[in-house]
Amino acid sequence: MLEIKNLHAGINDKPILNGIDLVVPTGEVHAIMGPNGSGKSTLSYVLSGRDGYAATEGSATFDGHDLLEMAPEARAALGVFLAFQYPVELPGVGNANFLRTALNAQRRARGEAEVDAPSFFKLARAAMKALSMPDDMLKRNVNVGFSGGEKKRNEVLQMAILKPRLAILDETDSGLDIDALKIVADGVNDQRGPEFSAVIITHYQRLLDYIVPDRVHVLSAGRIIRSGGPELAKELEANGYAGMVAEAA
Amino acid sequence: MTAVAETLDAVQSVTDGGYKWGFSTDIEMDMAPKGLNEDIIRLISSRKNEPEWLLAWRLKAYAAWLKMEEPNWAMVHHAPIDYQDLHYYAAPKKKPGPKSLDEVDPALLAMYEKLGIPLKERAILAGVELPEGELPQVAIDAVFDSVSVATTFRSTLAKSGVIFCPISEAVLEHPELVQKYLGSVIPAGDNYFAALNSAVFTDGSFVFIPKGVRCPMELSTYFRINARNTGQFERTLIIVEDGGSVSYLEGCTAPMRDENQLHAAVVELVAMDDATIKYSTVQNWYPGDAEGKGGVYNFVTKRGACRGARSKISWTQVETGSAITWKYPSCILQGDDSVGEFYSVAVTTNMQQADTGTKMIHIGRNTRSTIIAKGISAGRSNNTYRGLVKVLPKADGARNFTQCDSLLIGDQCGAHTVPYIESRNRTAKLEHEATTSKISDDQLFYCRSRGLSQEDAVGMIVNGFCRDVLKELPMEFAVEAQKLLAVSLEGSVG
Repeated sequence: MLEIKNLHAGINDKPILNGIDLVVPTGEVHAIMGPNGSGKSTLSYVLSGRDGYAATEGSATFDGHDLLEMAPEARAALGVFLAFQYPVELPGVGNANFLRTALNAQRRARGEAEVDAPSFFKLARAAMKALSMPDDMLKRNVNVGFSGGEKKRNEVLQMAILKPRLAILDETDSGLDIDALKIVADGVNDQRGPEFSAVIITHYQRLLDYIVPDRVHVLSAGRIIRSGGPELAKELEANGYAGMVAEAA
Repeated sequence: MTAVAETLDAVQSVTDGGYKWGFSTDIEMDMAPKGLNEDIIRLISSRKNEPEWLLAWRLKAYAAWLKMEEPNWAMVHHAPIDYQDLHYYAAPKKKPGPKSLDEVDPALLAMYEKLGIPLKERAILAGVELPEGELPQVAIDAVFDSVSVATTFRSTLAKSGVIFCPISEAVLEHPELVQKYLGSVIPAGDNYFAALNSAVFTDGSFVFIPKGVRCPMELSTYFRINARNTGQFERTLIIVEDGGSVSYLEGCTAPMRDENQLHAAVVELVAMDDATIKYSTVQNWYPGDAEGKGGVYNFVTKRGACRGARSKISWTQVETGSAITWKYPSCILQGDDSVGEFYSVAVTTNMQQADTGTKMIHIGRNTRSTIIAKGISAGRSNNTYRGLVKVLPKADGARNFTQCDSLLIGDQCGAHTVPYIESRNRTAKLEHEATTSKISDDQLFYCRSRGLSQEDAVGMIVNGFCRDVLKELPMEFAVEAQKLLAVSLEGSVG
């Protein structure tokens, strides 16, 4: 279970999150929506441990572990996964090598046996088939020369292979056409189950037609100003953020 | 890709962060007094029972050296070297050829173990025969300080007509070959350090591949500097006749010490018609401590002559060690359609200085050369690529492709690219590409968010950066090189 209490955080002393309270019970998928500059990406970076994004007050725990005290790689080993808004290119580093190294680093950290190359390729091929990705995706360098859609699908592939317990998707839907959007949504839906929870950060209702969230939260000026069921997203789509933000202020 | 996984294992296993190979071995030494003069040269020559012509050649080189000045154009800085404060000859006490493991100095065997020489090869070094029918994959000519202690796989190689032995032995057993080719690629007076080497070289490797023979195994030399204050002057000569081929591996580690050590090796390669020479180096000499104290001064002259038509010489190097590296493995492309290649990774950390590159001299028609140089600088180090591509008037259709990439880690290091291009033939096509980049915070965070530690992430990004060069190395060397890259950059980020 992800529990965020009164979280204040910022970049280089500039406050961005001003007291976030959020509980995502195990097995649930929550969507966080909000206008530009409301702090959505900052929240994802604070939860995954990016340098420079420091919490100044409050707490964030996952299954009782204090996330804010952990190195990014330790959070990954705990089962926290961030799907990047802008996936990063790693020239010369093969996708398969990267994924297997990451998987085994996490498994080592958890005291589990490493996955050998044949088992890994079996696992990876199955995951790629489910995502309609061609086999050569594994041979290519991580995100190098990938189209926007391919990069996002590659993030979902990583998620499928690393099997996190908490996935944070930071605007994974941005820049995707409708077919790619469906594939990405299927990838997330495949993971859904009693042991998997997710925080889906998005601007638009569109993605939530395919990944139906248990709860929707509206973020504005670093605070959650409203929470509700999936119908809240539809309300936002119809009326926009302006009215809701004005109401909260 | 499994090799990279092993890289990460290696980083895990080497956690002390110091110089892993920093140890010293106690073996009784037979050592000449300090200083350099004609008498010392005569002493070296007589200890090696050399013929008169070689002594005369050494003395001529010495006379030339006396008139020369240390080169100062490279971007390296160091305290003046006192050439009179070095021992120019040191040999482990001689025993009559080791016939069994018991006869070999246990300290030497222990050193092989630390160097990671496989058990079987250690036994072979000590003269133990392999079981019938078993074919060794790698032959080693171990240069332990100045004298080759043992040479392996001699009989297997001899069957195919290949000569692989210490050069001091070749001088005695194959004088006609040595006299014909020694200094024919790098003349005794070529440059300051080559002249010094020519005057005082003590040993090194000699390889001769006769016509039409593809050397049945990769030939390997482990170099090691051991005696305190002993300058090392290796001399390597490789000759491949028409249609022959050889792959030669040179790997180095050195014990930790306080005083700077001078190393001035010379490597000469000769390739005749249709001959191929692949020369691979992993260099990991002691780079000095974090403040730059100690460390090896590595002033090397390496040059290959593609004398024959369609011959090919390929240099691949991974340089992570030495306080100072001054090294430009070059190709003289004399034969028509001959090919020269230079693939290089140079890593500098802390206070290391590297000024390295290549020279491709296009003389024959349709000669082609490729240069791929990757420089990685961290700490307060300086890393310079210096390369010359020269096309002479008769080299119609000559082609060169050069790519120089620099990767910076941190904000106190320097990367410099100094390409020289001289073309005197208008049909020549020369391309030069250069990039400079930094390991970005985005890349590091991306890797860490997937579960890699900071150091594993750096190792992975750096190995990716060097991939085009590493894939040119023979497999077992590539693994070692990848480990070295990760280990030598430990602690350089964050």
